[in-house]
Formats: sequence, C-alpha cells, structure tokens
Amino acid sequence: MPGRTISFHPDDRYAAFLRTIPEAPCGDGRLAAVPVAVKDNISTAGIETTCASRILEGYVPPYDATVVERLKKAGAAIVGKTNMDEFGMGTTTENSAFWPTKNPVDPSRVPGGSSGGSAAAVAAGLVPLALGTDTGGSIRCPAAFCGIVGLKPTYGRVSRYGLIAYANSLEQIGPMARTVADVNLLMEVIAGHDPRDSTSRDCPYHHAPDPEIRGVRIGVPEEFFGEGVDPRVASVVWDAISLLERKGAEVITCRMPSMAYALAAYYVTCTSEASSNLARFDGVRYGPPADTKKPWHEAFQERRREGFGEEVRRRIMLGTFALSSGYYGKYYAKAQAARNNVRADFERLFREVDVLAGPTMPTVAFRFGEKSDPLSMYLSDILTVPANLAGVPAISVPCGKVEGLPVGLQVMGRWMEDERVVDVAYAFEQGGSA
Amino acid sequence: MTVIVGLEIHCQLDTATKLFCGCSTDYRDDPPNSHVCPVCLGLPGSLPKVNKKAVEYALKVAKALNCEVPEESEFSRKNYFYPDLDKGYQITQYDKPLAVCGYLDIEGDEGEKRVRITRVHMEEDPGRLVHKGGADRPKYTLVDYNRAGIPLIEIVTEPDLRSPKEARRFLNKLRATLEYLGVFDSEKEGSLRVDANISLAGSERVEVKNITSYKGVEKALTFEVTRQKNAIRRGQKIVRETRHFVEARGVTTSSRSKEMEQDYRYFPEPDLRPLRVRDWAEEIEIPELPDSRKQRFIDDYGLSPTHAATLTGDWQIAEFYDSLPADLKVSTATATWVADTLLGELNYRDMSIRGVPLDHFKELLIIRQSGDITEKAAVEVLRSLLDQIRESGTCELPRQCIGRLGLFAIAATEEGADDPVTAAAREAIAENPQAVADFGTGKKEALNFLVGQVMRKTRGCAKPGDVNRVLTRLLSGDE
Amino acid sequence: MITERDTEHIGQLADIAIHREELALFTSRFNEILEYFDILDTVEAVKEEEERSYNILREDEVVPSLSQEEALANTTGPEEGFFRAPRVM
Ligand SMILES: [Zn+2]
Repeated sequence: MPGRTISFHPDDRYAAFLRTIPEAPCGDGRLAAVPVAVKDNISTAGIETTCASRILEGYVPPYDATVVERLKKAGAAIVGKTNMDEFGMGTTTENSAFWPTKNPVDPSRVPGGSSGGSAAAVAAGLVPLALGTDTGGSIRCPAAFCGIVGLKPTYGRVSRYGLIAYANSLEQIGPMARTVADVNLLMEVIAGHDPRDSTSRDCPYHHAPDPEIRGVRIGVPEEFFGEGVDPRVASVVWDAISLLERKGAEVITCRMPSMAYALAAYYVTCTSEASSNLARFDGVRYGPPADTKKPWHEAFQERRREGFGEEVRRRIMLGTFALSSGYYGKYYAKAQAARNNVRADFERLFREVDVLAGPTMPTVAFRFGEKSDPLSMYLSDILTVPANLAGVPAISVPCGKVEGLPVGLQVMGRWMEDERVVDVAYAFEQGGSA
Repeated sequence: MTVIVGLEIHCQLDTATKLFCGCSTDYRDDPPNSHVCPVCLGLPGSLPKVNKKAVEYALKVAKALNCEVPEESEFSRKNYFYPDLDKGYQITQYDKPLAVCGYLDIEGDEGEKRVRITRVHMEEDPGRLVHKGGADRPKYTLVDYNRAGIPLIEIVTEPDLRSPKEARRFLNKLRATLEYLGVFDSEKEGSLRVDANISLAGSERVEVKNITSYKGVEKALTFEVTRQKNAIRRGQKIVRETRHFVEARGVTTSSRSKEMEQDYRYFPEPDLRPLRVRDWAEEIEIPELPDSRKQRFIDDYGLSPTHAATLTGDWQIAEFYDSLPADLKVSTATATWVADTLLGELNYRDMSIRGVPLDHFKELLIIRQSGDITEKAAVEVLRSLLDQIRESGTCELPRQCIGRLGLFAIAATEEGADDPVTAAAREAIAENPQAVADFGTGKKEALNFLVGQVMRKTRGCAKPGDVNRVLTRLLSGDE
Repeated sequence: MITERDTEHIGQLADIAIHREELALFTSRFNEILEYFDILDTVEAVKEEEERSYNILREDEVVPSLSQEEALANTTGPEEGFFRAPRVM
C-alpha cells in the first residue's frame, strides 16, 4: 500500500543504531509492517550508509542492496541502520568510528561483532528481525554474546549485491532474530538467486523448521574444545550436545586438523581482499572530499589516514603486505592452499556426519577494552572462521549461560544445507526430550 | 644494429554495453558522467558481471590470431591508486589470460613474416582525466567515468618486429583483422592505444607508452631508433626505462622521474567466476579474414596481388569492392580506379572511407564503365564529390555533378561534320599548320599533340578514341 | 622481522600515511601477527576437487545508467559534470 509507514522511536539505550527512520515506509507481504534493522554495511537507497566509518560519512547510496529490495517487496519496514565494527573489522563493535554498542544482557560488556548493533537491537527487543553480515563470525559471535539466533548462510545463497565488501570470498548477509523460526522466516525472504552477483547460486530457500532430530549424526571436532576455550563455555555446549543426543541424534567426536592454521588463512585472505576493496574510498566520488589543493598521493594518503580507524589501517597494511611481490607466495598463496585443506576437512567429515557442532565463541562476552591487542582479538574468531573459509552454513543458537552471560551453540552443515542447521538449532531450541 | 620491437595493443571492443555493467558504450558525444552506474562508478557494494558479447568478441580475436584457448582463464585485480580508477584497482587478466601462443602473418621488410602473439586478454578501460589549473591557479584534475569499464582487449606480441615500418604494417594488418571480425571500430577516438618495447640488439629495452594512432607507432619508434643509435654512437648506455610519446612533437620523453617501482599486488578477482570457454572458442565462427579475401580477389576477379592486397587491407574497401557489379570487379581498370584513384584522393584529403557515400562511387564507376564520361572526367567528378563531402558532409549525386560540370562525354558521329569533336578537330588543324605538316612527314608525335589540343577544346569530355579517329580521318584528307 | 622502515614502506605501498608516533606500536603488533601467520609455512596443499561455477555471464543489453545528477550526488564540488580530484601531473 503506497504511503504507509510505521513509527519507530526506540529507546536505544544500548546504542545499537547509527540512525533510525522515525516514519519507515512499509508494504504488504510476508513481513508486512515488520520493523527490520539493517547493518550499516548494507546499501539502502536514500539512507546514509557508512560501514561505521568516517570515510563514508554522508554517503547516501542511490540504490538498494538486493536483500533490501527483497525486504521491501515482502512489506518490511527498514527502521534503521545498525552499528558495527568499522567495515566489519572486529569482534566487539568497539571498532565503530562513532560509538561502541553495549550488550543488552550486561551493558558493561561488548555485544560482540562485527554485527553488534543488529544483535543488540534484537536482544533489546527494539526489532524482531535484523540483518547482519558474517565474514569470519560477525553474525554468530554477537548472536552468541547477546543470546539470540544468527545464521551465516552458505556462500552464494544470499546475494552480496549492495553489501559493502570487506572480504568478498568469505562474507554473507544473514538473518538475526530471537528465535530460530524468525531466523528461518527472514532467511526465506532474503535468500535466492541474484543475477547481479556472479557468486550467487540458484538455490532458493523455502523451509519449515523440523524439530525431528532422530538419526541425525552430529560430529564434534575435538579442536572446538581445545586450548583457549573457556571450560565453563565448553561444559554448557557439551550439555547442549547431550540434549540433542537424548533427543535421538548420534554424536560422534572427530578431528579437524586444518584448524591449526585456519585462523591464519582467514586473516591473510580477508586482509588481502580488504586492502583492495578499501582502495576505492578516495574522496573523489563520495565521502568526505580529498584535498584538491594537494597532489594526488598526498591527498589520498591523508584522506585514508583521517578516514580509517587504526584497525582498518592495520588490516589494509597486512593485506597489502600479504599480496606484495616477494610475499604473495608465503602468505596469500599459502592461505589459499590452507583454505582448500579446510574445505577438504569439512568434506571428509561430512561424509561421516550430517552436521558439526561446538561452541560459537571460546568465551562469553568480553568487558569493554578487555581485548586490547589485535592478535588476542583475532584469536577469539578461531571457532567461527572455518565455516567462512569453506563457504558452508553455520548457525548460532543460545544454549545456556555462564555467570548470567549467554553461550552460543554453533551448528555447521554441508554446503547448501542451511535447512539442516536450522533444523538442528530448532530441535535444540524446542528443548526437553522428544 | 638490429632493431627489436614488441607491441602491446589495447583495443576497445565494439560492444553495446560495458564489460561489467549494462551502461551504454556510446558515450562519445554525451556529457561527462552520464553513462555511469553503481558498478562503473565503483560505488560501494556494487558487483561486476561479465558481458558475454565481450568474451565472444575476444574469443573471435583469439581465433583470428591463431591462439590457443586454455581450459580455464580468470580475472584478476591490478591494484594501483589513480583517480581514473573508480575502484582503486583495474579488473584485468593476469596469470590466466583468455588466449595464448598465437601468430599473425604480415608483409614484413623481407617478405612474408610470422609475428608471434604472446597473449590476448580482456580488461576494463579506466576513466578519463582532464588536467585543470596552471601557472596562476592551483592544479587539479577532473574525472569523467563514461569510459570507465569499456571492454578492452590487450594483445601482446613477441619481440618479432624488426623496424618501425614493420610495426606499422603489423598494426594495419591487426586493425584490418579486427574490423573484418566486426569487433572493433578504429574510427572511434581513443579506440586504440599502443605501448611498444624497443631495443637495439645488445642494449637495454625501452618501453614507449601512450601511442594512440597508427601513424604514431611508426613515428615514435623511428624517433626511438634514432635516439638510441645516437646515444650508443656517443658511447652512452641505453637505460631500461619507460618513456612517453608526445604525439604533437613526435618525440618520446623520459617519465622515469617520479614513477616508483610499481607493485600491482595482483590476485584473483573474488567477485567473478572463472571462464571455461575452450569449447565455445572452437564452435565460434569467424568471417573471411584479409588473407583469404585477398586470395579470393586474385582467384575470382583476376586482380594482381598488389591490387588485391590494397583492396582487402581495409574491411570497408573490401566490402565496397565486393559489392560492385560482377563485370566491373573483374576489370583491372576498376581495381586501379578504386585502389589508386579513390584511395589516393581520399588519402590526399586525409579522409577515411567511412562517412563517404559509397553508393555514389559505385554509380560513378558504373557511369565511367558505360563510357558516358571519360576517365579524366571521372576523376574530376570524384574530386568534386569528395571536396563537397569534406566541406558539408554530403554531396550531389554523380549524374548531377557531371551535368553541373558539363562533363558528359561528347560523342563524335561517324560521318557528320557538325558534332563538337569534329568541330574541335577542324579548329585544331586550322590553328596548328606546323603539326599538320609534321604529321604529313610521318611524325607520330604530331598526332598526339593534336589529340591533346582537341581534348583541351572539349575540356576532356571527348573520348580519346573518337578524337583519334576523327583527326586521322580529317588529316588523311577523307574530306 | 619487520622493521619500522618496513612498516613505513608498506604504508607507502598501501598509500596509507602513518603518524610517526604510531610507528613503533604498529610495527611490534605487525610482527606479532606475522609471527602467528608463520604457521602457514607448514601447510601442504591437498589436491582437491572443488565444486565450482564458471562462465557466469550477462547478455550485452543496455540498462539505464544513473543520471549525471545522481552520479554526482555524493561528491563535493563537481565541475561541469566532472568529479574533482587532486592533481596527478
Ligand atoms: Zn555502469
């Protein structure tokens, strides 16, 4: 219905939103008048889109991302753009150039990242549904930390057109919500083939979650409970897996040796791609302008130094180094070989089991400032990056608490079997014994 | 000293849309930044999608250049920072090009020559920069992205060329081949750019960039050969460097000064999937190319190899010749007229075969063949028509022009005394008693002189055969 | 080991200016991370049949472009339909 809007005046005490739309247009369809929050790295026509970076301040896209088009077609109201780590580079949303977002469960802690704004908006009850993006865990981590559900779809199942690229070969847009059923609904709306995205696959998603889990073989890689995983988190997750076993699933422990270098492969790949993706922010076509009184390189360097935060500059430099002549073989090429090995590990395991399960994050949500050096921050992504490297679907579903803080159960599935990870999460969410 | 030249040629493929988006390539007469979209502006979040026609065209080129098409090729990113690059990188092909290991046969300095092609790959054109400001105002740059994303093919040769002239011949042959394929329009401004590597045997190699015309290649290389020879003669060493060709001055200048060693940090373009087009390349049909057409002109029309080469060296001219009536095509006179007269007159005016109404010239040829105008008059009409086109872009119909200039051939009747040819002959005889006397003593040149006089009096509209016949009759005293 | 000079060089290559005072910390963190990346030296590639898609192509059909006004909407101080950039000559 043309001209229809919904009013949106949330009490955003956790600073989940970068901007909200007080009167958000909506229409008819499966999501008629449902408020949906959209992460700020997803292009929205006529609504400022910054990736939480100074370098894109004031940028108003002239077009909608494919997922936003799909939301609008389903009648949803885009009510705001959510905070994030700048360009998705972070695990806490502290790397936003504007402000940090607080965890609604415990405001002294981070919501996780990089889709921390979307997770907080859902967890605080400001919206029922939100879009996040997941390059190395950026949907699943904040879902786990804030106690909601988040799905990273199979690579190619959801269009990336309009998603401002951080690491093209790894990232997917995905649904975040308080329940598996809502995640499933949002996934139905956003998934599907998009001819504008050459990496998009023609594999629509129409699914009614099925809690029946009898006979499902669940693999549990030992490496997911290794060094660095908080034993209390491990214990909560094992309890969750045991519940699934009691409901009829078969649990099989297994090994995933490529975990040894998966994180390094991930960081080399994502920084390499980022170093190239972020070269376009030169202040010529959009964003705060470059100083045209200076020579090009000087103006450009200055624009980038002022416009990018420290972590972004670090990753651009890491990626530049990894691709530079003399180092390409040692870093980028090796990372791709490692990535193949991760894929091979998944393929081998998925011949024996139907899904893999383990913790989403090694710990519960950090306190602000707790992870001060970059490497220790990177290490917290160890459990989420394998699914991105292999392009397989992975979901995080709340499975309990440690000292009042949520823990996420991660379920990873075969390529294009997003439905199955949703079903396993749904089975767990239904709880009890069947 | 042996001259060693290798070329890298960039040609715009004549597709309707850009390489990675649906923007029209027909931008030349339009305002800046009016043929752009999120993709070719490099707006955040946009994604490229490969134009099938561009791949098809590139494969045709690969096939025409006798290349091998590998099982798989892919696009890569070439990373460098420059305002004409909308994304901060150029999507090109690097270690997995579309086609490799081909060749093109040309007429070399010492006969037929095979020039090896190293590779053929696809890439996107950058935008266009306009440099503003100057001594009194701060300098800055204006950018137009209409050209950004136009599909290019880059053709790289082995260093097989041995002179600037050979390089020019190679380019002409390549252009003809691309135009026969219908994938390239050489008339479009900036549709061809050449970088040349040139060295003298035993010396370092110099790269000359920024050559944008066919003539420019020969000029730039000739300049370089001289410069390098002189340097060596003076005992200097040739340094390995990149130089820029300044077309207006016909010189190359060193551009080493501030150019840091470039590290393009190539890696596979993650937004695109690889190409597997070997089978497609095998199926793809390519039209008759210059060499086989030349042979056909020799075999079917009986033309000399030289005429056949000239007439097939440009697709438009070859098409024109092929469109002539059958009885005209087999005539040496027609071949001479098109290859020498028509092309000569065009060349003289620096005009191209494009943009001239070829149907008019076909008609002129038919009129000429019929004898309604003389050879001399035909040339005059041709010149007039070309001058009109150059002035105003259009011209009269040939018959109109002939009529206006009064150039229809004047017929001499067999016996009548009143026709203008006979009248002019009588006048010539009356005015030149000495010549008549010489003729009487058997001097053949005297007749030629009188023929010339008659031709002048009839402004070239009398047919030489008639004049000869009438003069001979009058002089031999048949009347 | 990466030295501060290397960090500066990488900054140049990446066209990112680094403040002098940041250099030491940037370099030491860079080294920690690169040391961690060294584990990649142990990777032995397996030959693996990857599920792939290829020849993803579109037809050569013109779709409407943005208007010049839309194209220039996000830039500051366009001039006669052009974007303005710092000098390169
Ligand atoms: Zn475009």
